[in-house]
Amino acid sequence: MAQHEKSKAATAHFAIEGEMTIYRAAELKDTIKPHIDHAGVIEIDLSKVSEIDSAGLQLLIAAKLEAMIRDKQLHFVGHSKPVLELLDLCDLGGFFGDQVVIFPLGTH
Amino acid sequence: MDLDDALKTYIIESRELLEQMEDALLRIEQAQDDPEIINAIFRAAHTIKGSAGLFGLEYIVAFTHVAESVLDKVRGNALHIDPELVALLLESGDHIGTLVEHAAQGDEPDADSERHGAELIARLNTYLGHRDEQTAAKGGMPVEHAPQIEREGGHSVATDNWHISLRFGKDVLRNGMDPLSFVRYLGTLGRIIRIVTVVEAVPPISQLDAESCHLGFEISFQSDADKATIEGAFEFVRDDCLVHIMPPHSKVAEYLDLIRDLPEEEMKLGEMLVKCGTLTLDELKKALQKQADWQRPIGEVLLENNIVRPEVVAAALDKQKQVKDSKTVENNLIRVDAEKLDQLINLIGELTIASAGTALVAQRAGISELQEAASTLSRLVEEVRDTALTLRMVQIGGTFNRFQRVVRDVSKELGKDIELVISGAETELDKTVVEKIGDPLTHLVRNSMDHGIESAEVRLAGGKPAKGTLRLNAYHDSGSIVIEVGDDGGGLKKEKILQKAIEKGLVAPDANLSDKEIFNLIFEAGFSTADTVSNLSGRGVGMDVVRRNINALRGSIDIESEPGAGTTIRIRLPLTLAIIDGFLVGVGSSSFVIPLDLVVECIELSEEDKYAAEARNYLSLRGQVLPYMRLRDLFDVKGERVRRENVVVVQYGNARAGLVVDTLQGEFQTVIKPMGRIFSHVNGIGGSTILGSGEVALILDVPRLVQRVTTQVEKNGLELA
Repeated sequence: MAQHEKSKAATAHFAIEGEMTIYRAAELKDTIKPHIDHAGVIEIDLSKVSEIDSAGLQLLIAAKLEAMIRDKQLHFVGHSKPVLELLDLCDLGGFFGDQVVIFPLGTH
Repeated sequence: MDLDDALKTYIIESRELLEQMEDALLRIEQAQDDPEIINAIFRAAHTIKGSAGLFGLEYIVAFTHVAESVLDKVRGNALHIDPELVALLLESGDHIGTLVEHAAQGDEPDADSERHGAELIARLNTYLGHRDEQTAAKGGMPVEHAPQIEREGGHSVATDNWHISLRFGKDVLRNGMDPLSFVRYLGTLGRIIRIVTVVEAVPPISQLDAESCHLGFEISFQSDADKATIEGAFEFVRDDCLVHIMPPHSKVAEYLDLIRDLPEEEMKLGEMLVKCGTLTLDELKKALQKQADWQRPIGEVLLENNIVRPEVVAAALDKQKQVKDSKTVENNLIRVDAEKLDQLINLIGELTIASAGTALVAQRAGISELQEAASTLSRLVEEVRDTALTLRMVQIGGTFNRFQRVVRDVSKELGKDIELVISGAETELDKTVVEKIGDPLTHLVRNSMDHGIESAEVRLAGGKPAKGTLRLNAYHDSGSIVIEVGDDGGGLKKEKILQKAIEKGLVAPDANLSDKEIFNLIFEAGFSTADTVSNLSGRGVGMDVVRRNINALRGSIDIESEPGAGTTIRIRLPLTLAIIDGFLVGVGSSSFVIPLDLVVECIELSEEDKYAAEARNYLSLRGQVLPYMRLRDLFDVKGERVRRENVVVVQYGNARAGLVVDTLQGEFQTVIKPMGRIFSHVNGIGGSTILGSGEVALILDVPRLVQRVTTQVEKNGLELA
């Protein structure tokens, strides 16, 4: 359930583990937001996400939007199966940029 | 509605839902994997959880969530229903029930139920964990987007698809619902051709309230389901979600309406519809152009321009009709406080008496117009009365279905394989009776399972199937409802009962008893033939209580038993406890009421019969023996004997008897007033009523009288026809 991180001044790389659901939405928001504030390139590892629901999806979208508005780069990498299933269900692969999946370390 | 009222409603609804859930769980064992039933179970759990969230009942939400997740897997075919899972889910349902009761009391669950809950969650989690392992094994690394292929086929056939537009309300997540689960569920009703997730309303994370929902979906959907079914998928969010469902071939105008209704910009939304394949670019352009000169209703414009094809109009009309239909179904039922109903029935009782009084006065006054008015009035009162009484009628099926669980649990406890067969579930009877019949029935059912049905070995040795059968049956029969509890067990052992009864001093050793009388001994207080006292029955309390309960309802109980073939216990109850159609008769200066349903016919007691019958207490009715009794003698009515007496032939169950009275006064609507406690031992009187003249008339307890007359005859060694 812990969030590992190794932030440098410019890039932040961290992972979200466990469930990304409504029960943890507020907590996860507080985890993600500071990273976007402090780094220019943010990479969020989703490989340990065991469960994701609408609230989790909304967090991903909101994070992406925030980064877009503030002209930062945010990538999700290592999508776990539940995340992929969800993106597929909502057909949101394009929104987040398929390159994230195809080039996991994609550079914009 | 303040919160307390709402909570009360929630608790009542939850109880009902739990009942439905239990019912469905019991059915699913027989009907393996019926998606309808699985959905019903899921919906019940889901609604309970969702509403619990509204009231901030966290402990219900937390527990139900786990159970719901398991059910969701079952629904998604990721899990298979087996008896073990059903047992666990039943237990979980019980636990939710306990939690709901805590909510009803307004306290938190105690340590005991918390421990129980934690244990259940652990067991439920094993079902969830099972799948998690699988995903962990497979899903560690990113995989290519594979399942796109399925969707691409949909582009070209867009016109055949439904279009569903969803905008979820802010509180949906807080209410414990997951918008995506609706999309997933939609997938079970048909095929999602294209889906566009509407993210326009989602704020950037710095402004996001993570527990509010800002999502929406535009879905192009292919399904054979009708609109009501598709709408049903969104039943739980209808209140806090914008749902637009467009049938295939909907009018362009309707899409225009949709575009206008939704919060997003027109062009953006139009694009989405195009992306979904619902509208072609051309259609969209045309529609938006038309909107520019929006003077007249768009429908007219479109019709004029021949854009709308006739079948589109038909579909649209159909859609409107469907919307209307679903509304009427919704409004079909209203919840009424039972007390209000009781009050209404009471008032109608008084009204009935008043109207009878009016009719009497009118008759005395001799004004024909007044008489006519009075008779119209009493006809209407009668109709009102009948309608009011049916309000209280409920089907007995609900009560019967509860026994599925009892039978299941008890058969497990006893280690017997017993199947419950229910028939006549749609038979209606008064709500009060239904409420009071539950306990006696439970006792009879348990008793039949424990004593009636033998162990598998004994059954097989007796050439019967190993699986025992318990039958619950109900039907209407001459003004009463008959409820039967039957088993295919060993039957009652006459000798054993008799021996025991003699041992206990209930009967004299030399008593000469009929089969029926012997069977009825098991209803005596302190009687039990079970050799060993089991957990369930055999302690000698119960059957006498059962009989007392049934008698208190003005009912009767009797037993039919065949050695080796089984026993059937038959309970006969009056349909209603409040008002009956009566038949008024006079003896001397007194009046008596006989329930009209029990009256078969009236005949004159001829002189010849009178003398012939005097000695033997029965007379010949068209060649058949009819035992009879004089009410004058029975109630010791003083006064001159009339020259011409009448016989009212009554029937109760299989037995007929004649009641000899002086005069027949005709039908009379009878409001039953209970007798005072001191009269409770008076034999042959069931209650009293007030006549229009203000006089009191006694209501005859016909079952008791018939029994008395017929046993008298049986004793005299006569068989009844």
